[in-house]
Amino acid sequence: MRKVLELLDKDCRLAASEIASMLDMTVAEVEEKIRKLEDEKIILGYRPIIDWEKVDKERISALIEIHIAPQQGQGFERVARRISQYDEVESVYLMSGGYDLFVSIRGKTLKEVAMFVAEKLAPLKEVTATATHFVLQKFKKHGVRFEQKDEGQERLTIL
Amino acid sequence: MNYDNVLSSRLKNIKPSGIRKFFDLLVGRDDVISLGIGEPDFVTPWHIRDAGIYSLEKGYTHYTPNAGTMELRREISNYLKRKTKMEYDPKDEILVTVGGSEAIDVALRALVENGDEVLIPEPSFVCYGPMATLSGATPVPIATTKETNFKLTPDALKAAITPKSKVIILPFPCNPTGAIMTREELETVSKVIIENNLIAISDEIYSELTYDIEHCTPASIPGMRERTIVVNGFSKAYAMTGWRLGYATGPRELIKPMTLIHQYAIMSAPTTAQYAAVEALKNGDEDIAEMREEYNRRRRVICDRLNSLGLTCFEPRGAFYVFPSIEITGLSSEEFCERLLKEHGVAVIPGNAFGACGEGFVRCCYASSMRDLTEALERIEAFLKKLGCVK
Repeated sequence: MRKVLELLDKDCRLAASEIASMLDMTVAEVEEKIRKLEDEKIILGYRPIIDWEKVDKERISALIEIHIAPQQGQGFERVARRISQYDEVESVYLMSGGYDLFVSIRGKTLKEVAMFVAEKLAPLKEVTATATHFVLQKFKKHGVRFEQKDEGQERLTIL
Repeated sequence: MNYDNVLSSRLKNIKPSGIRKFFDLLVGRDDVISLGIGEPDFVTPWHIRDAGIYSLEKGYTHYTPNAGTMELRREISNYLKRKTKMEYDPKDEILVTVGGSEAIDVALRALVENGDEVLIPEPSFVCYGPMATLSGATPVPIATTKETNFKLTPDALKAAITPKSKVIILPFPCNPTGAIMTREELETVSKVIIENNLIAISDEIYSELTYDIEHCTPASIPGMRERTIVVNGFSKAYAMTGWRLGYATGPRELIKPMTLIHQYAIMSAPTTAQYAAVEALKNGDEDIAEMREEYNRRRRVICDRLNSLGLTCFEPRGAFYVFPSIEITGLSSEEFCERLLKEHGVAVIPGNAFGACGEGFVRCCYASSMRDLTEALERIEAFLKKLGCVK
């Protein structure tokens, strides 16, 4: 199971037949394993890693630190789930250390992101403080480096 | 000027590799998937690159001792003890060279006289024959066959031995066939080597890339250590082809004279590469394991698919090549490769480039990304369909 996951983690477009060859399993076994992983919510989705910069220069993302006053009997959970509901929010993590929630957001413009924080996140009654950090450039995401094609490299091409 | 009279007569029998002409077909095409190049697609692991960079930052830009830094020779000695249980004295039984190729060249130059014969099991790496010729020897091919899984058999070896035989190359795990030799098989071959007082040059550059079986070095067979020069290096195991670093180990009576040639011809192997190599040997075992596992997956995919297409290949147990038979196409190896490249944009190498007995086969390197491999296999299938070999 772990091997199937490791392969999909690197390339989720691998066909079951390819995984079967690689791991010396039958196609049916692989399909069954993947179905199970999906049912058990171990695999939650399959999404590409996109360098949006190349498509939309204005597009922006921000990382937001949020301080929370935990509620009686509910801790951080309820507010974390509530914040997760917004489509603008890409990820929400409960953190140790200097703040409580780490939220990443993406929007069409800088203003849109700023307004979202000001209008949607900051006013929540549990939120006591926020700090917004805008992302200037991405170098690596989900284990993949954002790189240009190597153009300067001369290589042996045959034998 | 008539340059024919100027150039050494030794060069007369050396032809540029037949593969070069394919290179011209490749120029200006960016749609080609090359399974032709025998090098890892991985970049050298970062911590190894970083160790090289750090040595530069510290200003380590001078010559090293001729045989390589003592630290590196010690690490090589430890590595060999760990992997093969063989003991080599870092002081004078290890020579660090410019790639495994230099080690083979220096070994041949140290060993052969004009007219000596160098036995070369084929199909194998294209450099052995020319290197033997350039050192004044006569290369004598020993054909290995599909029927014996491209292994060297004692009978084939015996049949090739003459009073002039001096050296035998043991190219296992084998480029291009992926063949390996088990301990038992090496024992029977070693008996013939010892009886005929041959010296073995064992090219073990792919020793880390064996699948579901441990590599066995011929030097570990009783009676063989004293007559075996083991060649290895960093290119394939650690994805360090461009660093140009290899080594030779053997009895000091052979390594010392080799070091003498190396000292005059080369001085010392690249310094930066030596510092990177120390890091590779100290902390690179996991990188090897990871890359090996990835190659193994690709190996299964490409073998399964080629076999199902009727390009039958015996299961390669080492290196990163498959060597399918193209018998069903009725084409010669060169025709197959040329048409596959021109018409479908996939570069593989004709088997006869690795020796006459490689005719009827092609070499495919699977050290390419899984996407490229899959696409290449699709194109090969399309080619076979066009030829009417698959439905």
